[in-house]
Amino acid sequence: MQSTSPPAAAVALSGITRRFGSVQALDGVDLVVEPGEFFGLLGPNGAGKTTLISILAGLTRADRGTARVMGHDVVADYRKARRALGVVPQELVFDPFFTVRETLRFQAGYFGLSGVDEWIDEILAHLDLTAKADANMRSLSGGMKRRVLVGQALVHKPPVIVLDEPTAGVDVELRRSLWAFVRKLNRDGHTIILTTHYLEEAEALCGRIAMLKAGRVVALDTTQNLLSRFAGITARLTADRLPSAWSGRDFRRESGVFHIALASYAELERLLADLRAEAIVIEALALAETDLEQVFLRIMKGEGAAAPGGVR
Amino acid sequence: MRTHEGTGWITLLRKELLRFWKVSFQTIAAPVLTSLLYLLVFAHMLESHVAVYDGTVGYTAFLVPGLVMMAVLQNAFANSSSSLIQSKITGNLIFVLLPPLSPGELFAAYVLGAMVRGLVVGLGVFLVTIWFAPSVLAMPFPWWALAFAALGSAILGTLGLIAGIWAEKFDQLAAFQNFIILPATFLSGVFYSIHSLPPFWQAASHLNPFFYMIDGFRYGFFGRSDVSPWLSLAVVAGSCAALTALTLALLGRGWRLRT
Repeated sequence: MQSTSPPAAAVALSGITRRFGSVQALDGVDLVVEPGEFFGLLGPNGAGKTTLISILAGLTRADRGTARVMGHDVVADYRKARRALGVVPQELVFDPFFTVRETLRFQAGYFGLSGVDEWIDEILAHLDLTAKADANMRSLSGGMKRRVLVGQALVHKPPVIVLDEPTAGVDVELRRSLWAFVRKLNRDGHTIILTTHYLEEAEALCGRIAMLKAGRVVALDTTQNLLSRFAGITARLTADRLPSAWSGRDFRRESGVFHIALASYAELERLLADLRAEAIVIEALALAETDLEQVFLRIMKGEGAAAPGGVR
Repeated sequence: MRTHEGTGWITLLRKELLRFWKVSFQTIAAPVLTSLLYLLVFAHMLESHVAVYDGTVGYTAFLVPGLVMMAVLQNAFANSSSSLIQSKITGNLIFVLLPPLSPGELFAAYVLGAMVRGLVVGLGVFLVTIWFAPSVLAMPFPWWALAFAALGSAILGTLGLIAGIWAEKFDQLAAFQNFIILPATFLSGVFYSIHSLPPFWQAASHLNPFFYMIDGFRYGFFGRSDVSPWLSLAVVAGSCAALTALTLALLGRGWRLRT
């Protein structure tokens, strides 16, 4: 009888631990990303995101645990694992000796690829770099250098692409065109793993999100589930004070504005009624649905943190 | 698009060659000019005062292979060490670490690139200095000279790779170059035969592996040397093998390259 094994996960991390001196950068990370996912890896600075990516890319070795890319162990089977992975690094790095085209050709050559000129032309066109193909890397703007980094990560057509804060310091126009291109790559079947500090980007792009804190996964779920777990409204109220019944509620005050978490619109009705009852004047009132930023902040504060075990 | 497994190092070698070729005034022409100036100054000062190998070889002719070999060694070291430290400091080394290049492939590309640079500069020095000592063209054992040039450039290319891996800033690399490589090269018999030294310094010279590279290289030009060319070959080949093994182990562990 012929048995068919299930397709390998795009990325599978199991019990990954890494310590740098006294700092526990990663503390037993388990994570599985399925092929074709657009996956977000979020966390504050120092949470371990870049260390995790470096372990996947073979730039850093884990103290314990295993990491696989498309089923290939990143240490024991590093050639296949690296061939399956494209990484856009966080730092804006480039080789000042070469042109854009030379840079891409060399990168393809390091992977043992030949006959890549057509694909390089396609990449250049997608990244709006055709006019700069023969320009030296030094002469490019920061945004253009960032695009070349994306091109270098794609030149060997990897099924899994990791973007480590690719839009840091990038202008709005480039950010939009970059995301349009990355969405297209995802539609074409590439698995995308994204780290970013722009949570509205993660909310708009990622189907599933893992949140890291101090080297541990503190939340792992679909973006929709994360949002609904903390579903509600935030009322931003400018007034002298809150009604007495609300003094024990979950709120914070910034620059004279109360930020009050409300479970529903019915609760908003009660707030308005209590304000009227105590004759408190509303100077301004704005409402906002819960977004990923609020979810992120609440999870980082330790509310509702849950990483469903074995979630794929 | 076709994949040829195990050929990535050829691209890295091409990149290394193009890197120094693009700045050839600095990497080729400048060291050739420096060697020519050494020859002009030292030959003018010492030609009539110093004769070597029992007076059978004039000082200028003696100096030519020494200067050629010094240029080969110093430039081979400079190529691999500067390429690596620049890539580390600017961060673009990541482009070499992300692809599936094995430690052996990284080693082959960087060391062969260094050898080519060393040998090209050495050839340039040879071409501009033979005008001052045409007798060196007689070369009774050219294959010996070639073997020592190849092994010497491989050793210094490997040392450059080790220095580039070890150093974390340009200052550390300059220290390696100025306090180890430069004295070892200058005190290896480039400018003199060790038979002209007092016994203590003669014995000390025998502990310097660079002496064997230059002495063996000179054997190819004159058929004469301070020690047996076979001894020199054994020391140089042994050093090359030991350094190769050390460097492959360092690259395999990812020492100072992969955290």
